[in-house]
Amino acid sequence: MRHVLAAGTNTDVIARETIFWILAVASVGAALAMILVRRAVHCAMMLAVVMLSLATMYAMQGAPFLAFVQIIVYTGAVLMLFLFVLMLIGLGSAASIGETIKGQRLAAGLAAIGLLVILILGIGHAAIGPAAPQTAANGTNNLSEIARLIFTTYVFPFEVTGALLITAALGAMVLAHRERTAPKPTQRDLAARRLATGELAPDPPPGVYALHDAADRPALLPDGTTSDLSVSPVLSQREVIEAPPAVRPQVETPAITAESGEREPAPSGQMGRADS
Amino acid sequence: MSPIHYVALSVILFVIGGVGVLVRRNAIVIFMCIELMLNACNLAFVAFATMHGNLDGQVIAFFVMVVAAAEVVVGLAILMAIYRARRSASVDDANLLKY
Amino acid sequence: MTTLAGSASGVAAHALAATVTTVPATGVLRLSWLLLAFPIFGATVLLVGGRRTDRWGHLLGVAMPVASFVYGVIAFFALLGAGHRSQDQHLYSWIPVAGFQVNLSLLTDQLSISFVLLITGVGSLIIIYSVGYMAHDSERRRFFGYMNLFLVAMLLLVLADNYLALYAGWEGVGLASYLLIGFWQFKPSAAVAAKKAFIVNRVGDAGLSIAVMLMFSEFGTVSFSGVFGSVRSGGSGVATALGLLLLLGACGKSAQVPLQSWLLDAMEGPTPVSALIHAATMVTAGVYLLVRSNPILALSPTARLGITVVGAVTLLWGAIIGTAKDDIKKALAGSTMSQIGYMTLGAGLGPAGYVFAIAHLLAHGFFKAGLFLGAGSVMHGMNDEVNMRQYGGLARVMPVTFATFGLGYLAIIGIPPFSGFFTKDGIIEAAWDKGGTSGAILAACALLGAGITAFYMTRVMLMTWYGKRRWAAEAHPHESPGVMTWPMILLAVGSVGAGAFLIIGQRFENFLGPVTGVPPTSHGLFTVPGIVALVLALAGVGLAWVMYGRVPVPATAPRGSFPVVAARKDLYGDAFNESVLMRPGQWLTRLSVYFDNRGVDGLVNTLAAAVGGTSGRWRRLQNGFVRSYALSMFFGAAVLVALLLAVRL
Repeated sequence: MRHVLAAGTNTDVIARETIFWILAVASVGAALAMILVRRAVHCAMMLAVVMLSLATMYAMQGAPFLAFVQIIVYTGAVLMLFLFVLMLIGLGSAASIGETIKGQRLAAGLAAIGLLVILILGIGHAAIGPAAPQTAANGTNNLSEIARLIFTTYVFPFEVTGALLITAALGAMVLAHRERTAPKPTQRDLAARRLATGELAPDPPPGVYALHDAADRPALLPDGTTSDLSVSPVLSQREVIEAPPAVRPQVETPAITAESGEREPAPSGQMGRADS
Repeated sequence: MSPIHYVALSVILFVIGGVGVLVRRNAIVIFMCIELMLNACNLAFVAFATMHGNLDGQVIAFFVMVVAAAEVVVGLAILMAIYRARRSASVDDANLLKY
Repeated sequence: MTTLAGSASGVAAHALAATVTTVPATGVLRLSWLLLAFPIFGATVLLVGGRRTDRWGHLLGVAMPVASFVYGVIAFFALLGAGHRSQDQHLYSWIPVAGFQVNLSLLTDQLSISFVLLITGVGSLIIIYSVGYMAHDSERRRFFGYMNLFLVAMLLLVLADNYLALYAGWEGVGLASYLLIGFWQFKPSAAVAAKKAFIVNRVGDAGLSIAVMLMFSEFGTVSFSGVFGSVRSGGSGVATALGLLLLLGACGKSAQVPLQSWLLDAMEGPTPVSALIHAATMVTAGVYLLVRSNPILALSPTARLGITVVGAVTLLWGAIIGTAKDDIKKALAGSTMSQIGYMTLGAGLGPAGYVFAIAHLLAHGFFKAGLFLGAGSVMHGMNDEVNMRQYGGLARVMPVTFATFGLGYLAIIGIPPFSGFFTKDGIIEAAWDKGGTSGAILAACALLGAGITAFYMTRVMLMTWYGKRRWAAEAHPHESPGVMTWPMILLAVGSVGAGAFLIIGQRFENFLGPVTGVPPTSHGLFTVPGIVALVLALAGVGLAWVMYGRVPVPATAPRGSFPVVAARKDLYGDAFNESVLMRPGQWLTRLSVYFDNRGVDGLVNTLAAAVGGTSGRWRRLQNGFVRSYALSMFFGAAVLVALLLAVRL
């Protein structure tokens, strides 16, 4: 990372400035988008953009360790955790645009502008000098310097943070735990349930009974009917599609439950099935 | 860039995150905005580290990240528990403490 | 020890210096508390005992005043024989606070023993009379309880050796007066009259209480010896203020102008009450106060002038009112007002007049009580009828009453050798001796008053005892029983002889002189003013005979000219009080009520409404939404940052 940290040359400065401004605009724009878009997943994506640009800024400021930790831990773990929970909980919720609380948006905007002005005033008055020259110690190895600091000066916060992490993990386990109100179904129970539905075997994966893979041949649905969606509408208009021969051996028509007909995976349904 | 630019950027991101907390109704999005605020603070810490020339700011930023991670874990677990009970992730639905 | 040197006033300079040394009581006089103890015991038993004591209550009620009178006589003779005639019996330390020491002590000296004899003697006679007068009243026992209560208070008033104890007695007699005027509570007129008496008295009491406070603030003490000793150091300003305040108190209690309006209404009470309280004793308490305070008055010519003016005005006022009243008791009440005006006039003339004022007071006690008891006897015989136009020709029917009433009549109009002649003439001569314009005017008023007194008293006599019988159909007048006539006879003895006994040979002067000072010049029995007074009295008698004796008395009152109408309306005294005091007072009350309702209550209610409204509005902030609370936290954080920056910048 030395070439990144080395200062002084003009091109270096120009490069830094350009990168900063690009990243700054990008991150502010992504932040604004994050609070304005409707779909929650888009918010998560925008947050990812912000985090990555922040990682780059850390790298530019001579904190490579932090930059990588930001990417690996924050973007890679925390944000993914967010996405998991989003998937589990609520992609379709809170879709309404209107604000339920009167004047909330106006007040929030005013408060934000006020705080912004105050803080800018504050930092404008504060004596934030130029970047200090890198010390020799820092110049050698950022990581070992940070390690030295953590395990000597800040060893007590380190220990406390460790305890905090343990507590957090335990807390998450406790909160996510669900008491079984019924005994856990054994494999025998699961098999009996499946027998009751009439589906003894899982549906064949797509393409098992396919005879052709031409573009004008429709695909087969598990119950033997063709799927119009698998053929281009241009072709189906010209009626060049051949009806496929019956390819599936005649067996009794299996009962089709509503669940398997769903296009969108219902999370409750899936979750319900997953652990019942 | 001088640290003051980074601090200014950090302030802007922080304020945007704050507004997001106030305006959004989905609990997870609110959480993400809080994460944005924490990240903005991290940026400020790192900028101050360059200003002072030592690594204390970076170490603090590191600890902030750790704590933020722990907080996210617990918070999302709580959210899941609430969702299971109420079938809704909107924070406006929890308004029983009204007058 | 109290020493009174000659004061600076012109008239009093000729007076002999009066020296009084007060010593602690010795011998029989140490039991002076018995005077109070007997009536207290009687009052307590009768009032607390209630209906259980109804059967023998009147006997106890009579026995106690008689016992007090017996002790009073013993004490009188003991005092005559004692070396020092001013003896103080300390009972207990009433208020032993650091800067304010007041003892409850009884001072037996010449002035107080005179009053004690009057109060207990005449009081016992009147209370014996009430046994017969109130015989048909079921509440008789309560009546005797109240009468005993009155005696306690009046005796405390005259025996006190400090102004605060005197004030306690003063208030007590006011209370007893209220209770007794309103004795027949079921009569609305009686209740109103009692209230009126009490309230008008209150105005006077304010004067007396302020005087006591002034004494304490100026002299640090309220005892007689202390005040009289220090009053010279206060200067004439303090003495004048005290004198005028004491005059105000005396006006209230003695029904002098301007606080005279209650006396005629007080006749609503039973006749013994009118006789004892509103003729003989309570209304004379004001005169007692002024005479007792003579060292203060000696230093203030202004106060003395005020007293004489009040006395002169009142004696004419009462006399004029008395001429137009058809109610026998109200006529006698007007007469009382007038006679007390004479006493006040005497009290304002300094040492020249004190002795005659007290002598007239004592004589007046006899003949006025006798007149009132006679009126009561007439009412008793005429079914409680008070309108003299319904009387007439009663002399034959009620001879004893007629005789005693007649003797009292002769005494009051000042015919020698009866009481009034000596005492009233003493006052007239003292006024004449004052000299100058004021002396002439005062003497003229007194002489004119004597003439009018003779006129209206003769009118009463003629309308009641002589002439044709104008009785109502069911009236059958009869002489009263012995229990009522004997007191009247004894009082008539006093009417006849009291004045001569006191005045001839300067007997009373010499007796009372040490307390009040003696008149500088002593006159013979028949002086020029005295002759003039006698002539005017006979002229008044003659005029009354012309108007009422020769022509028959109409059964209903004729319309009358303006002076008659004015006199019937108490010379517009009530109207004046109403328009000047009562109505503005009612307006003030209404204004205060309005202000209280709108202003004060409005303020409080507005405050409550404001609080309620504000809280109601702020309550809406708690809408239950987390984001609203987050918003307020955000605002708070912004404010904090701003404050931090403001402090640091």
